[in-house]
Parts: sequence; C-alpha cells; structure tokens
Amino acid sequence: MSRLATGGRLDRSRPTSFTFNGKHLSGFAGDTLASALLANDVRVVGTSVTQHRPRGIFSAGIEEPNALVQVGPDPMLRATQVEIIDGLDAIGLDGRSRLSAEPDTGRFDKLYAHCEVLVVGAGRAGLTAALAAAQGGDRVIVVDEQGELGGRLLSGGWDDWLKDTVGQLSAMPDVRLLTRATAFGLYDQNLVLIAERRPDGGRLHQVRARRVVLATGAHERPLIFRNNDRPGVMLAGAVRTYVNRYGVTPGRRAVIFTNNDSAQALANDLHRAAITLEATVDVRAGEAIVDTRASADGSLSGVVIAPLVGNGRAREVECDLLGVSGGFNPTVHLFSQAQGRLRYDAGLACFVPEASLPTVEVVGAASGDLSGRGQGTIMPYWLVPGEDDDWSMHFVDLERDVTVADVRRALGAGMRSVEHVKRFTTIGTGSDQGKTAGINEGAIVATQLGQPVGAVGVTTFRPPYVPVSFGLIAGRNRGDLFDPIRLTSIHPWHVAHDARFENVGQWKRPWYFPRDGEDMEAAVRRECHAVREGVGVMDVSTLGKIDIQGPDGLKFLNRLYTNAFDTLPIGMCRYGLLCKADGMVFDDGVVMHLGLDHYLATTTTGGAAAVLDWFEEWLQTEWTDLQVHCTSVTDHWAGVAVAGPNARAVVSALFPSIPLDTASFPFLAVRDAELKGFPVRLHRITFSGELAYELWTPNWYGLALWESVIEAGEPLGITPYGTEAMHVLRAEKGYIIVGQETDGTVTPQDLGMGWIVSKKKEFIGKRSFRRADTSRPDRRHLVGLFPVDGNELLPEGAQLSLESRTDPPIAMVGYVTSSYRSTTLGRTFALALVERGRERIGETVFAPMPDRLIAATVTEPIFWDKENRRRDS
Amino acid sequence: MLIPCPWCGDREDSEFKYGGAAQVAYPQDLETIDDPTWARYIFIRPNPKGPMAERWVHTAGCRRWFNVVRDTVTHEIKPIRDHA
Repeated sequence: MSRLATGGRLDRSRPTSFTFNGKHLSGFAGDTLASALLANDVRVVGTSVTQHRPRGIFSAGIEEPNALVQVGPDPMLRATQVEIIDGLDAIGLDGRSRLSAEPDTGRFDKLYAHCEVLVVGAGRAGLTAALAAAQGGDRVIVVDEQGELGGRLLSGGWDDWLKDTVGQLSAMPDVRLLTRATAFGLYDQNLVLIAERRPDGGRLHQVRARRVVLATGAHERPLIFRNNDRPGVMLAGAVRTYVNRYGVTPGRRAVIFTNNDSAQALANDLHRAAITLEATVDVRAGEAIVDTRASADGSLSGVVIAPLVGNGRAREVECDLLGVSGGFNPTVHLFSQAQGRLRYDAGLACFVPEASLPTVEVVGAASGDLSGRGQGTIMPYWLVPGEDDDWSMHFVDLERDVTVADVRRALGAGMRSVEHVKRFTTIGTGSDQGKTAGINEGAIVATQLGQPVGAVGVTTFRPPYVPVSFGLIAGRNRGDLFDPIRLTSIHPWHVAHDARFENVGQWKRPWYFPRDGEDMEAAVRRECHAVREGVGVMDVSTLGKIDIQGPDGLKFLNRLYTNAFDTLPIGMCRYGLLCKADGMVFDDGVVMHLGLDHYLATTTTGGAAAVLDWFEEWLQTEWTDLQVHCTSVTDHWAGVAVAGPNARAVVSALFPSIPLDTASFPFLAVRDAELKGFPVRLHRITFSGELAYELWTPNWYGLALWESVIEAGEPLGITPYGTEAMHVLRAEKGYIIVGQETDGTVTPQDLGMGWIVSKKKEFIGKRSFRRADTSRPDRRHLVGLFPVDGNELLPEGAQLSLESRTDPPIAMVGYVTSSYRSTTLGRTFALALVERGRERIGETVFAPMPDRLIAATVTEPIFWDKENRRRDS
Repeated sequence: MLIPCPWCGDREDSEFKYGGAAQVAYPQDLETIDDPTWARYIFIRPNPKGPMAERWVHTAGCRRWFNVVRDTVTHEIKPIRDHA
C-alpha cells in the first residue's frame, strides 16, 4: 500500500471496496478511482489506443488523457473523475472501449434556472467572486466539476479560508452551490449548459445568467521528451494533489522536471510524504530529461538527464515517479466559446484572455493570474530533442497516441495552420479534447517552423468542454416521451380492435385492422374491397382544421388559394389548392362555407401547423388591412368518414330526418344535424371516389359518433379501414397526396390540375406560372403506370428511364411517387412524375433495379370511375 | 439565443420560427413586372455578415410576427418597430 498514515480529505472511517480489472481493492470515501488505484500500487491502468503502450495516471482531474476506464455501461470515463463507491466495477481500457448493448437505465433530468451571476469554478477566485456578488444581493449559482468546492485549494493550503467561505455561501438563501457539475457550453446571451453527474444518471442544467464569472483555473501542461508516456510520469501538480488531498504516495523515488517555479512546492510536499527526491531537472539550469527507462511492466524505472547545449555527458537516475511541469494554460474554453479573444503572453508563456467581455468576466488563473499556481519565472520551453533524430516516441497527445513525428509529417506535407495539423494528426480530437496537448501542438508547430508561438495560435475551442452523454441531452425525452403523441378521441376503439398504427406527424393513425391473423396485404385488400363494394368507415379526426372568421374571409381565401370561392354558397364546400409564391404546390384541403363571414379550411394531417403559420404570415405582414381571424380547431372536431355504395344507407339510418338523395344533399353539401343529443355536421366529401360522407362532431363525442356509425352499419357489414387502404383507394382515383406526389418542385399544372388554377383573380404563386421554368415543355407530369407484369410492384421512389438497360449511366426521366397492389383493378399500379409524361401515354418506361428491369406502361393518372358516377350516385 | 418578442418579452429561440429577411415587400404590379424582378423577390435574399433585419414568428407563444435586427456574427438582437 502507498497510503500515508494521516492527512488528506478522506473519510478514513469509511473504507470502500471496489474491483478493478476483476481484482478486489479498497480505498476510502473521498477517493477517486485514480487515487485509490495509486494507493493500491496499481500503476498501469490500460494500454494506449493505437500503439498499445502501457499507460498510467497522468493527472488528477478532468484533463486526464491516459487513465480511461469503463464503468458499467459508461464506456469511457476518466479514473481521475470517478468517485469510488462500494461495489464499483471498473475496467481499464485496452485501447478502445466497448459500447454496451443494453439500454441505458440511467435517469436523466433537465433543470432550468435564471440568476444574476453564474460562477464557473469554485476555487479561490470563484468563491471570492461568488461571495462578493451574493453579498451585493445577487442571485448566485456556483458550479464546480469536483465533488467538493475548493478547486486547487483542495490540494493544499487555505483550509480555514475555504471552510469559512463555503460556510458563508451555504447559509445564504439566494446562493446555489452545484458540485460534480461541469459547465460545458457557453452560448448566446449567457446560456450555460451544465452537466451534473449523479449516482445513477445526471442532470442537465440550463442556466441563463445576467453575468458569467469564469473562474475556471488553469491546466498544467507537460514538457515533451522521448518516452514521456510511461506510467509514473505525472503532472507535477497532480503529484501534489495525490499527496495532499488523498494521502497517497504515487512513487517512492521521485524526479522533478520543470521550467518554472511551481515545482518548488512539490519538493516540499515530497519531503513531508517521505518520498525521496532523487533529482530536480530544471531547463532554466541548462538540463533536461532526454529519455526515460522502463521496468518489466512498462512503468517508469529511471530517467536520462543531459545538458541542453553542448555535448556534455548524459546521466541516468533511477526513479519511479517523474513530476513534470511545463507551465500552465489558463482554462479559456468557455471564454473562447463566448467569442472572447486570446493573446499570447510571452512572459507567462501561455494564451490569456485579451479582455473580459461585457457580460463574461474572467478571474483568477483563467485570466492569466498564475500566482496561485506558483508559476513564478518561466523559461518558455516545449520539446526536448532526443539523442538522435527519432521523434516517434515523443508523445504530444497521449489519448490519441500522436507524437512529434506525426506533427513533423503534417508539416512535411505542407500544412501550416494548427487547425490543419490538428485534423491531420488528430491531436486534440480525443475525449479529453487535448486539454494537455492542444497548446503544445501549436508550440511544436511554431518551434518546427521557427515562428513565434503567439503567431501560430491555438485551435478553436468548441463546446462541449467535456464529453456529454446522449442520455443527458435526451433527459426524459426517451421512448414514448421522445415526442408528444397525439391521439384521436376514437383511439381507444382502434386499440380495442387490434388496429396497427402508423405515425403521421405526431398523430397515431390506424394503418390497417387485421382480422383473424391476416397480414397487412390481406387486410388492406379486404378493407379496399369493402369500400368499393359495400361500406367502410375511417377515423379522419387528424385532418388539420382552421376556422376563419371575419368580414374579409372571402377576400383572404381568394388571395391564398389557386381557385376562387366567390361562387361558394353557405352550406357548401369546395376542394382548394395552396401554392407558395414560387408557384409550387404547398398544401390542399377542403374549404367549407359555414355562415356569414365564417369559413373552415381543412389541411393535410401533417401540414396543419405550417398552413396556419402561412395564413398568419400574410395576415400580419402583408394584408394587415384585412379583418380576418384564424384559429386552429384541429383538436376541436372528431371526424368519421363513411364511404362506399352503402354509405347512404348507414348515414340515413342515423339521421332519418335528413333527406340524403343527391338532389337534396348533393356532392360537396354541408348540413348541421343532431344525433342522440350531440351535434353532428354532415359533409358529402370523398377521398376514395365512392359515395361518401364525413361526419364531424365536437371532439368530446367522437367515440360515441364512431360507435353509432359502427352499430348502424353492422347489418351492412361496415368495415373500419386504415390509412393504407385510404392511400390505395385515393391513388386508384388519381387523387394526390401533398408531400407524396409533390416535393416542393411540382406545380398544379405538373399534376394535371390546371383546372383549379384561376385565370381571373390574383393569388399567391400566380405570377410564377408565367416564369420560363414553370412553362418549360419538358417538365415532369403526373402520370399513371401499369407494370407490364401485373404482379410486379414498383418500389416507391424508383427512378424511371426510357432506356431498357441496367448498366449506368442511364438517363432518368422521373420517379415513382406512389405504388400499390389494387384489388379493384386486379393488378399493381403506380403514380409517377415523368418528364413530358402526358405526351408519353401508352409508351413504356423502365425502372432499373439492382438485379433486373421493371417495365411499365404510362397511363393517365386515374384508374377508377373517370366519370365520377360513383361519387355522385 | 434569446429573442425579444414585442408581446411576450425575451424567450428562447426554440419558441420561434425564422421568417427570413425583413422588409422584402411583396411586389405590387404583378401583371407588369418582368421575370428578373419577380425572380429577385422569390429567390434572392440578403445574407450579410453583421446586422440584418429579419422576421420571426412566436410560434409556440403569441403567434405574432415581428422584426428584429440581429447581428449574424455576435447574435446581438435589437428590436425594431416596423413589422411589415
């Protein structure tokens, strides 16, 4: 064991047992996995990612590039950040981690908060700023990534001050102290995202702060020399942390290698911990470590020391611990994310914030005040040449296994920018994001090119500052809670009758209703047959509905829709088409004229929100003089479509007092009625081409209406049908679906719907029909397709060609938009957009498949009841 | 990003939908304008680096359209009065 008898911030009354690589070990409450491993003399934690070199613990914090472990389902954690608890089971990474195949059972939540001052980092500077702000009456939130407030103070000194300050802050009602919480992103207007680690999951805090104080400290950086990656080579400050905070001796015989004053404090700590200081190698004294030696397990057994200049003799010193300090890099990640500018400070040998931003202040070590870290005088120094010109064991990025040789290769290939070198070498792209490597990369590029370090600069700091799990970002929005689910009031009936559902936007719609073990094809065949020969019933509640009221309603509709509504009397409805200003089809639906200054427009199920936005945009930004109000009433109405030759009999059984003959209740008529005391609106509308009625009732009565229809239709074998049968039926009739036959590049004329485009009035998109592009003769037209083999089903989306071959290149003339098996037609059929399609009726087109060619005959895009006899019967 | 809705105050950008450049008037003389003029209205919008007048709609709030000037570099937003 390498545990000191006393000292450290551990609770020695609470021993904690854990396993590492299957071995049972123990530590104390307050230990990290890293400190507990060191206390158990575990020096090799894993192997590196590409070179498979043994690697140990390099740091004592978030910047750790080496000691990566897998803990349960978490594939890659830093041993320096994992707090040990009883039963913890950790595995050192053997190169790469493995993703768990099990679902993540962690619990993640999101919290939102506002404050005047958010302090990131609870070291001396952060706590000082927090106390000042809180005493001034501000609401203050303090976040710190460690399990305890104090930052570097936890590694030695200032104990009384820390206790007193934390005590004061804890007692203040408007101060929130968050530990184990890493601020990983600083976004516009001071939105700070904070990942809080919890025993079984985590919390994502989204804090909006009037002012952000960054007290994020500084990361010590290593000097680079040959074989600098051996277990036992450690940042000097980390050695201090293990000795002082965890009461651990990470070695017995130590050497210090430095270019600044900070290691002085380490020498004192080593002395107190009875670790022998074998040598202090200081580049300022003209010496450097040029190589290291390893013992059998690959860990450090000695160092080779040589003068920096001249041919002085190298000497070897045996040791098992090497504390390295190459200076400090202010932790400017969040500051840079906020677009703060950095400058290179030659005296400090690091990049510091040029100035605080209006609402983002940088304090303490992060601002370049390195007095707390004891840097003192520093001799800028980065890279120790080896004894020959071999740079393949000078590691720059330990996590990515990138060496100086790789950087030289990048420069040899002509790269000069640190951004290019980063991407070529992968320096800084590991899960540590190069916290100990990035600045060194720039410095090495500078030294190799003979340029000043400040001129070469640093790579961009992007969020997140630490790896963030998808679970944390998703929070509770998983599974059924991923997105809102919208259900119609008739939904329970569908569930009880074994409907299969399909997602349409956020709605769950019945897709088909299988009976007695039917597969989808059989069920759809039966449902289609029922509508064509008997009667079917469908839940159409999901249609978008916009209530339009006001004296200018008619004018408004006329300006929006391609067709006019002047001749639409009250009590009738009309199909309408909407285009965007570019003349492309945007949505369609039915407009009902309900009363004086009162219309209701239906939209596609998926387009409801976009259409309302579109209406509001014109009302509010262009036609501000129009007196019109639009209200979404999609959820106010439940809708039941009754379709088929027997539809009249069913509806008439429910509403015996309403004459339904065509003369009294023609196609597109609307009537208000009552059923069992609740209101029902009857519309004679069809989307199948059959005689059909849509019955609407306030949503509350939807299920009652549906059940009444089912009951009344029972003697006639009424058949519930789903969206798949609806698709087949409407395609047989050549009715388009916006978003399936159209994709934002299709005009009404392309669809053969020129009849619905008014020549007389002005409307949105009209001007575009005179553009050269929309009048091209070679535009794609909507046509029908009959595969030559009536059993062959064309895949939707299949490209179409006039050439009967499968070897590319093949010129394409269009693609299949809808394709079904039709029981009505006794064969397969499709709709397609085909170049000059209307001129090609009767011709053959070909769909090249990977293994064959499907030939199809071009037809008119209407396959059933062209004369509308059934619709109007 | 916080967007100042003139009716609801500062709200998260996730509550809004973007409406592109502001102050792009719908052409009046549709019968007479030539194709290039119409094409400019349909397809061409400013894309400056720096302050840009643009439209937003508070979709998940009051559903009102309004204009702001947003700096496309810093995301600093200033309200403007003209809501056309």
